[in-house]
Amino acid sequence: MNLRRIFDLALFAVSLFFSLVKLDAGTPPALEEANRRKILLICEGTEPRTLDPQTSQGVPEHHVIMALTEGLLENDPNDQSKQLPGLADRWEHNEDYSIWQFHLRDNAKWSNGDPVTAQDFVFSYKRILTATLGAPYIDALFVLKGARDYAEGKITDFNQVGVKALDDRNLQFELIGPTPYFLSALLHTSWYPVHPSTILKFGRIDERDTKWTRPGNYVGTGPFILKSWKENDVIEVVRNPLYWDATNVKLNGINFYSIENYDTQERAFQAGQLHKTLEVPLDRIPYYRREHPDLIRIEPYEGAYLYRINVKRKPLDNPKVRLALNLAVDRESIVKNITRAKQRPSTGYTPPGMGDYQSLDVIHYDPERARQLLAEAGYPNGKGFPRFNILTNTSQAHTTIAEAIQQMWKQELNIDVGIENQEWKVYLDSQHNLNYDISRGGWIADYMDPNTFLSIWRTGDGNNDTGWSNPEYDRLLDQAAQTANPQKRLATLRQAEELWLSEPSAVLIYWYTRFYLMDPSVKNWNPLALDDHNYKFIDLEENETPKLSLTH
Amino acid sequence: MVKLIISRLLQLIPVIWVVLTVTFFLSKSIPGGPFSAERQATPEVIQKLNEYYGLDKPLWDQYVQYMTRVAHFDLGPSYTYQTSSVNEVIARAFPISLQIGMLAFLIALMIGVTAGVIAAIYKNKIWDYLPMSLAMAGICVPTFVMGPVLAVYFGLTLKIAPVSGWYGLEYAPLHPMILPAVTLGLFYAAYIARLTRGGMLDILNQDFIRTARAKGVSARDIIFKHAMRGGLLPLISFLGPAFAGLISGSFVVEKVFNVPGLGQEFIKSVFNRDYPLILGTVAFFAVLIVVFNLLADLLQGAMDPRTRK
Amino acid sequence: MASALDTPVILQDEIQFVHGSSLWTDAWHRLRKNKLALFGLGCFLTIILLCLIGPLLTGYTYEQTDLTLKASPPLDKIIQRTETLKNGEKKVNVYSLTNIEDEFLEKPRDERKQIAAALARGEEYREGAYLYESSKQKHLFGTDALGRDLLTRVLVGGRISLSVGFVATLISVIIGVVWGTAAGYAGGIADNVMMRIVDVLYALPFTVIVILLMVFFGRNFILLFVAIGAVEWLTMARIVRGQIISLKHQEFVEAAVSLGLSKARIMFRHLIPNVMTVIVIYATLTVPNVMLLEAVLSFLGLGVPPPMSSWGVLISEGASTMETSPWLLWIPAAFFSLTLFSLNFLGDGLSDACNPKSAKD
Repeated sequence: MNLRRIFDLALFAVSLFFSLVKLDAGTPPALEEANRRKILLICEGTEPRTLDPQTSQGVPEHHVIMALTEGLLENDPNDQSKQLPGLADRWEHNEDYSIWQFHLRDNAKWSNGDPVTAQDFVFSYKRILTATLGAPYIDALFVLKGARDYAEGKITDFNQVGVKALDDRNLQFELIGPTPYFLSALLHTSWYPVHPSTILKFGRIDERDTKWTRPGNYVGTGPFILKSWKENDVIEVVRNPLYWDATNVKLNGINFYSIENYDTQERAFQAGQLHKTLEVPLDRIPYYRREHPDLIRIEPYEGAYLYRINVKRKPLDNPKVRLALNLAVDRESIVKNITRAKQRPSTGYTPPGMGDYQSLDVIHYDPERARQLLAEAGYPNGKGFPRFNILTNTSQAHTTIAEAIQQMWKQELNIDVGIENQEWKVYLDSQHNLNYDISRGGWIADYMDPNTFLSIWRTGDGNNDTGWSNPEYDRLLDQAAQTANPQKRLATLRQAEELWLSEPSAVLIYWYTRFYLMDPSVKNWNPLALDDHNYKFIDLEENETPKLSLTH
Repeated sequence: MVKLIISRLLQLIPVIWVVLTVTFFLSKSIPGGPFSAERQATPEVIQKLNEYYGLDKPLWDQYVQYMTRVAHFDLGPSYTYQTSSVNEVIARAFPISLQIGMLAFLIALMIGVTAGVIAAIYKNKIWDYLPMSLAMAGICVPTFVMGPVLAVYFGLTLKIAPVSGWYGLEYAPLHPMILPAVTLGLFYAAYIARLTRGGMLDILNQDFIRTARAKGVSARDIIFKHAMRGGLLPLISFLGPAFAGLISGSFVVEKVFNVPGLGQEFIKSVFNRDYPLILGTVAFFAVLIVVFNLLADLLQGAMDPRTRK
Repeated sequence: MASALDTPVILQDEIQFVHGSSLWTDAWHRLRKNKLALFGLGCFLTIILLCLIGPLLTGYTYEQTDLTLKASPPLDKIIQRTETLKNGEKKVNVYSLTNIEDEFLEKPRDERKQIAAALARGEEYREGAYLYESSKQKHLFGTDALGRDLLTRVLVGGRISLSVGFVATLISVIIGVVWGTAAGYAGGIADNVMMRIVDVLYALPFTVIVILLMVFFGRNFILLFVAIGAVEWLTMARIVRGQIISLKHQEFVEAAVSLGLSKARIMFRHLIPNVMTVIVIYATLTVPNVMLLEAVLSFLGLGVPPPMSSWGVLISEGASTMETSPWLLWIPAAFFSLTLFSLNFLGDGLSDACNPKSAKD
């Protein structure tokens, strides 16, 4: 080590420095540039596992797929319970809502120029119903006659399934029973079409995970096409000139960023790298509500946050105990002091806002009655009540709520409860295998009808996970499935929910809200119950003053 | 020497084999599989998926099938990235971790060795306490604290560095690898500083140094020509695995700055039960460890005449 | 007092007897002279004392929540709200002055600020059935998001962190030193095999193993020590081995061999003391490592069960709310750092003291 070496080292350091610094440091921040080019920058959270509409499962996947592919119907930008014509421009149904016919518009095209035909849809439904594809939402299509049998291998001729191409332009569905909510079910990505020749070019019809979804190969019917896919970083989509309604599409492109960590999302938003985050870190919510209310959006979200109760374990098998646990929780306090994003304390199970369904107002904070019920169940003042555990997956937010409830049960009912957190998959496993006492959970609506909530408590349903079973409940749900009159049907469903609430298999806590940060330059991003936005209508306004400086 | 290198590289094979076998059986023993989700798919679908990925076969068969594949350097499909193979995932994530790791290593080395040497020379005086306190502070401030602090200061206040992402960031002057590398580098610098100081102190107390001083050798020569070789020895053993760890990606730093590196891939694969990806990243890491331990041992042999026989 | 071991020495004109001293007595003498090390020791003992006794004195427990108080800064003024119910009963809630505006979000900004200012001055504020006034309640270090007193939580957390830190480090030092010395001294095939085992263990995914252990043995506290200790010894082994290899060809080792000393004795009484400096230094580096590792494990859901906490957990919780409640991060971090600094000085002092090569002047 001598002078010469030190000099060499310094030279190296300087050249390193210049290779790392970009000297054109005068470029404007991402947001201004994006507004000028009309590119929307959204954060979607986790990285999508696939962009195949039929093998995808998660919400981030669905949001990207909705930009690339369109189905028979489109989401209404103002009201999630309504639909707009998509690839279909008109439709009709028979009196009892069991046979539907859709007419495809004449100028509907795939992104490679091929016209969209009814046979494309039949091919697509055959694909998703083929069990070897492993489609997670395969059961969404079980409303079709014969679909379940085909999926389970009981019939092998797809022609016996209730979907037919009457001709190139007309598609007919035959359903297993009256389904008045069929239109809203069709909005789900599992009903979207896939391009037959592209699928077959890269593999068999039921072959999973072929390269057909990669940029350059992807053929869809939506307003955008896939430009690039950098895993764990960004997915870029750009305008599709062949889309049937291209003239009404305002954006030129969308960038979907996968950032999992909420704090990183917030920093990216402050740095002007994003128009919209996925969520807001819990502790920052009051700050934004107080200081920058124009940047934070809080909207109702159709989902229920609850703690499942394992009804096979004593003393949780006693409905009085379960009711007592419910009545001893001060939900107001939790949503006001912990979650602080205007969540609504649950008064029933199905949240309000599900179309014409009236949510129930049965569960309240009533510690007196809770103590009474507990005493009636044989544990006056908590005496003799065995210790049990609340299971949650690892997450600070869930643990905080659990700790609060743990204290509430101790103070009001004098019972001792522990908290156990398990890693995500272990937790899922424990819950599915009924290896828990009480387990935190949640259920989000798949479509705008109470059936999406109530169906999980059926005996043996794959998402029940509590061991709860009541034949009368099952009967009521079956009855509703056969009722064509929408009002009568909703009334029957309500009866079922009342029944469940009298001996609930869960502790109800609150109904979700969605909260995120959004730059004011984004227009027409309306609050929607299921957060499925129709990208066609979104616009970016260029000359909005940059948001208030959030420097530190 | 060549014989040593070849023999150590050949030892790679049993090491990887043991690592893979143990990891294979360990990861299959933990509850939860790749297909469990909050909204459970139907049992038929899960059955089909298990068949497709060969997960319904007896464990031993799966093991044999997997190891045969590995022998052909095919690490299998990823369950998380449904259109990529494990080889592809590692191929795209590793270069990112490599860049960050190497820069962090350089930073750590430059700061750490300098601080350690200075501290050793000025033992028990202010120039000892100051660097060593800073070093201790560096160790105490974990990366998941330092990262956001740097991100907020350089990214939001000074606005010269990106706070998230790796590709397509045309706007920020500094390359996205800088902040993550600095965060990691500072952390390791602290360790290196303390180890260097310890090693140097050992050497400086030796008789041969005294002799050199008595002979009138200049201070600079004593440090650079005589002491450093021996003083840096304990550091070398530490550097082997440290370097391997740095370039295979630090999960925390990658998560804080949202860079798509190998560290994040590994942790995610564990949580997703993406068995091929778990095994692939573990095997890759094992190779790095063995190779860099070998390099560290060679370096030690070169620097320390006492080890040569 | 003279004894058979004393050596007569002539100093100036007197004969003095100099006690022959062993390695350890020498070390202790040197340590006592090192002021910084003594300071470290004192600090450290104080912290231990605080963690043991402190929680009994604060007046709060580590788990009692106060949901309306939420996260309040240290020594913040606390406002009490008394609600008179229709049946005459009174319900009392406390709020922190800093966050009091959140209770009035429906009001316009100026009005909110006025109310807050009035309460800050100590005035009362009435609105309907609610009466807001100052409260005597105080939290020295503030509270966390659930309104739990931070001081108590930090002290209780200290108990966990210190015990985990120590036991795990001890385990890893013992295993690592023995393994590394044996491998380095033995050389040849034995060395190769032992080091390859270290490589294998190093490459095994720690997270997978810990999840597995937790699933099979439950959330056992002892398990935490074992799991962490089992990982940390690896680097220690490598470092020690490196040092031993350098030393084993030196004359003093040859001398011991030719004296016919057993291998074990050579390793333990001759080699190891010579690498003490490095061992102690790395041990003082291992303690923070262990504590941080424990934080990561808790963060992954595999550490101490809630509502228990440790410094690591408090730091990672605080890190995520760094911008809104910085005290939740910096106070536990300060305790953590202070402990490590003290250990550091102590460790440096110890390693200097134990170093047989240290000049005896």
